[in-house]
Amino acid sequence: MHTLFISLQSEFYKSRKTLAFWAAILLPVIICGLITFGFYSGSEKILDRHYPPMMLWGNYIGAALNVMGLLVMPFYVIFMAFSVNNIEHKNDTWKMLFAQPLNKFSIYAAKYLYAVLLIFICLFLFATLTYLFGHLLQVLVPGYNFNQFNPSTVLINSYTKLFLSSLGILSLQFILSLVWGDFLKPMGIGFIGTIMGIITANVGWKYAYLIPYALPTLALRITKVKKGGDPLDFPIFTQEIWTSLIYAAILFTIGYFIVTKKSIK
Amino acid sequence: MNNYAIETVGLNFNFGNQVIVKDLSLQVPKGSIYGFLGPNGAGKTTTIKILLNLLKSPSDQVFIFGKEINSNRIATLKRIGALVEQPAIYGHLSGKENLINRCILLGIKKTKADEMLALVGLTEAANKKASKYSLGMKQRLGIAQALISDPELLLLDEPTNGLDPNGIIEIRNLMIDLATKHQKTILVSSHLLAEIERTATHVGIINKGELLFQGTIDELHLLSKPMLEIEVDQIENATALILKSGYEVITKTDKKITVPFISAQNSGELNTLLIKNGFTVSSLYKQRKDLENLFLDITKTN
Repeated sequence: MHTLFISLQSEFYKSRKTLAFWAAILLPVIICGLITFGFYSGSEKILDRHYPPMMLWGNYIGAALNVMGLLVMPFYVIFMAFSVNNIEHKNDTWKMLFAQPLNKFSIYAAKYLYAVLLIFICLFLFATLTYLFGHLLQVLVPGYNFNQFNPSTVLINSYTKLFLSSLGILSLQFILSLVWGDFLKPMGIGFIGTIMGIITANVGWKYAYLIPYALPTLALRITKVKKGGDPLDFPIFTQEIWTSLIYAAILFTIGYFIVTKKSIK
Repeated sequence: MNNYAIETVGLNFNFGNQVIVKDLSLQVPKGSIYGFLGPNGAGKTTTIKILLNLLKSPSDQVFIFGKEINSNRIATLKRIGALVEQPAIYGHLSGKENLINRCILLGIKKTKADEMLALVGLTEAANKKASKYSLGMKQRLGIAQALISDPELLLLDEPTNGLDPNGIIEIRNLMIDLATKHQKTILVSSHLLAEIERTATHVGIINKGELLFQGTIDELHLLSKPMLEIEVDQIENATALILKSGYEVITKTDKKITVPFISAQNSGELNTLLIKNGFTVSSLYKQRKDLENLFLDITKTN
């Protein structure tokens, strides 16, 4: 446990000056900022539609969630899986890492956990900034009725689903980036996977849920459907989420065996 | 077994069908500077990687401080500091941050990073990005990383690679200092016999994965018989005189005669003999056999 903690600490120390780390912070700030700016500058048009508070939040949250869930999220996850491994490939430091008196599982698990943590931070910031910027909009444009509905449950549920549904992709891409030191192979497979995932999820293929890349889209689609009813009442642990978690667990274990067998030539 | 810091017993290692290390039995005594000598591709780096458990050895073939490496991986690695091939450095971090990262991983006080930078003469470049370091500076940082945990055993793979003459001398002195004053055991690999001769107390020579020689530096000297090369006029007559006086002539070319070197005094006597007999000696010098010839010698005797 101690080894895991120091490995995690070292992962943070190594990456704190890299784009991978800052992307987790910049991505939500930029996307939420742009959407908020849109709602601010186009406030007259939106006010004309006379949305009830819940619908207004729904539109506002959906703007970030849809961009994120459909397109940015899979690529962001692919990029995270790539960058935590690439830092060792690029500097040829695997041999140094595995020559330390630390058990291999901790080194591997710390890397994986760090990628999970970065994705968590990113999505946590998305939810928090959406909430805060919504209230900021209320102050800037008093005509809005953001203050008449509390969106925290919807935010927490949606982003929790998005987070959990992305773990399957993460584990798969993590293995690809662990095995291959180059950028093109994991990125290429991830790109094709994501396109395939989006298509299969959108045409409603029966087995789309078996493709890890389709899971964020599937998870969010159900959220949207349910929004017509009571938005506070959609389940988090649906089929997509379980599939994602099972994929994550299996691939995480396979990854560990790859690490233990990894010959450092 | 307990007198050895490193002992391998009939170690074999293959990459697929390619034999890299064959029946290797290293014996590195505690407190020695063990020169691990061999041409490029002889299996030196592979052996060092096996000693670090980066490449998995068959069980019961590798022992570090008397303990089998596969079953005591972490305990063994705690006692080893290593520099393998190119130093493993994060280019986007500064030299100091690279060392601090190592401190985090090893649970050492971070002040140790400054100490190490001073030791290898990188204090001024401490906050410079490591990717901007010269080859020599990277090498020094690699050595600092190997030393930071104050390990009992150091594995240094060609540590003077890329260093200027000054740097080479510093590293050499550092190694001698570490072994004599701090009782560390050092295994240092090189493809240069001259480099090893200056520091090592023990030598192992490896070629094509096989250990050709292992022993103390004095034992190696007995094998690498030095020669005396004499540049002299009237080669034929001079050769006849030398032979007549009871010396052995190893080779003779148009310009010089090579005889076995016996002692400095003996060389002087030979010089006097030639001059007294009217020859003009333009130069007379001691020449060691180079590594290639030594290899040939050793393979012949084995």
